[in-house]
Amino acid sequence: MADTVKVQPVSSAALRRQMLSEFWFYFSENRGAVIGLWVFVALVIVAVFAPLIAPHSPFEQYRDAVLVPPAWMDGGRMSFLLGTDPVGRDMLSRLIYGAQYSLFIGLFVTTLSLTGGILVGLIAGYYRGWVDTVIMRLMDIILAFPSLLLALVLVAIMGPSLTNGMIAIALTLQPHFVRLTRAAVMTEKTRDYVTAARISGAGSFRLMFRTILPNCTAPLIVQATLSFSNAILDAAALGFLGMGAQPPAPEWGTMLAEAREFILRAWWVVTFPGLAILITVLAINLMGDGLRDALDPKMKRS
Amino acid sequence: MFGFLLRRIAVLIPTFIGVSIIAFAFIRLLPGDPVALLSGERVMSPERHAMISAQLGLDRPLVIQYFDYLGGVLTGDFGSSIVSKTPILKQFMALFPATVELSFCAILIAVALGIPAGIIAAIKRGSALDQSMMGIALVGYSMPIFWWGLLLIILFSGILQWTPVSGRISLMYFFKPVTGFMLIDSLISGQKGAFSSAVSHLILPSIVLATIPLAVIARQTRSAMLEVLSEDYIRTARAKGLSPFRVVSLHALRNAMIPVITTIGLQIGVMLAGAILTESIFSWPGIGKWMVDSVFRRDYPVIQGGLLLIAGIIMVVNLIVDLLYGLINPRIRH
Repeated sequence: MADTVKVQPVSSAALRRQMLSEFWFYFSENRGAVIGLWVFVALVIVAVFAPLIAPHSPFEQYRDAVLVPPAWMDGGRMSFLLGTDPVGRDMLSRLIYGAQYSLFIGLFVTTLSLTGGILVGLIAGYYRGWVDTVIMRLMDIILAFPSLLLALVLVAIMGPSLTNGMIAIALTLQPHFVRLTRAAVMTEKTRDYVTAARISGAGSFRLMFRTILPNCTAPLIVQATLSFSNAILDAAALGFLGMGAQPPAPEWGTMLAEAREFILRAWWVVTFPGLAILITVLAINLMGDGLRDALDPKMKRS
Repeated sequence: MFGFLLRRIAVLIPTFIGVSIIAFAFIRLLPGDPVALLSGERVMSPERHAMISAQLGLDRPLVIQYFDYLGGVLTGDFGSSIVSKTPILKQFMALFPATVELSFCAILIAVALGIPAGIIAAIKRGSALDQSMMGIALVGYSMPIFWWGLLLIILFSGILQWTPVSGRISLMYFFKPVTGFMLIDSLISGQKGAFSSAVSHLILPSIVLATIPLAVIARQTRSAMLEVLSEDYIRTARAKGLSPFRVVSLHALRNAMIPVITTIGLQIGVMLAGAILTESIFSWPGIGKWMVDSVFRRDYPVIQGGLLLIAGIIMVVNLIVDLLYGLINPRIRH
């Protein structure tokens, strides 16, 4: 059986372009995911150009304009579109600057827990044995605590601040990445292409990072979007409990905490920051659903 | 089944030891003198310092201290609060029923609404009903529940004045706690209006706490149902002429429920984290609020004990879920 197969050389750039267009095809089939993507892009633009967009400084206190209602209500002023807070700061400007906080929190926490989780997961899945056992027991221990409780206690140890809050949240999200990476590595490790690479002399380091890791990315990307929205929610919750970003930072959760005593008098100081959190998290979760559908081969209808 | 049980418990032991080490180490990691932190006294003479240190056993090697602590924990001695001086386990036992009552109502709401919603969405896949229900579920899943609670307070307590803002029961009623569950105690007390007062206090916090589990359960039920509905045996059942109701309720539901039950079990941990926020918003006197208050009061022994107790409960609940899973799905036992 001397079948000769003509192999068409495919350049890796073309291959990548084809994969990308295939990905976009499946992703754009999900209308919600595309909407989520656009909202997210808009939020990034708002965060990056906050100093240009915001009508006021987020810290400037207008003493003659305390608790001014939104512009469309009785007593509202055009210069304060969404009203002002209890010390006379412009709500809209604080919300715009708040986007910087939330996106930075999401990015920082996800990067930290993703890189840490991949590293630890690769080691556990590649070496197995006692290393694996120790690592997985450690992750079980972290998972035994509710994430917000663990973050709260860690912040109590390290002192309440946004940085400590972010580190604590990253630590609580990390086990998910470890488990995913480990599981993916364990299935990939026995595949022929890995054996082939090993036989041709690739070292452990190359095998882990260059050969195996690129083939484990799909579940990690989906988990990363989930972590991004979880990080924003948890950081806002910490801020709300007074254990995250500290006043006067225009972080949305912290803004809610400051506004709490005014809920029955001035609905706008409570409504808008929470709405901002909800829209951001919702957009990211919509994107996450689309990513899962586009990257999961089981969901593809061929 | 017995072997399965033993294996699950064997895995739990090292995790519990790890959790106890973390809870033990946490006070030693704090910046500052553990003697001052554990006794709650800021300024003390060297003699008093030495005395308290010896009293609390802090002058002995760390390993001995740990086994001392572990021994105490295993016999139910978690130490005492430095603020109220009462034993931690006693405080916990007094507050825990409030959290259980709230969580139980929340999980009831979540299951009672989430599973039917997921089933209907799966049966009517792609319809407007499916899309709107799953849209609402995603909003619920993305909800910052502390804000959601405030919104509900604005609407139902502020504008409509239907429900009270905080607490478990109106101050008008007073009776001795028998079970610790306000709904039952208020009925036992026989006082007029006590039960309805307890219900009206419970309803908003339950809705808030149920929101995320409800969304998760609805989404999980839908996808599990969709997977099962595409199986061959469902096609067979349809082909042999069973009514759609019989197909769904008898053949599909049983198998679709397996992953859903795991999801419900996993929500217990989510609930306890959610209780931290929900109880803080509604001043609900449960363990979530107790933990937050203790963090603010720097009541470190309470944080330590509470952390261990909550982690222990979650581990036990997860074990029970695992066992149930093994019971309904024989494939997993081996």
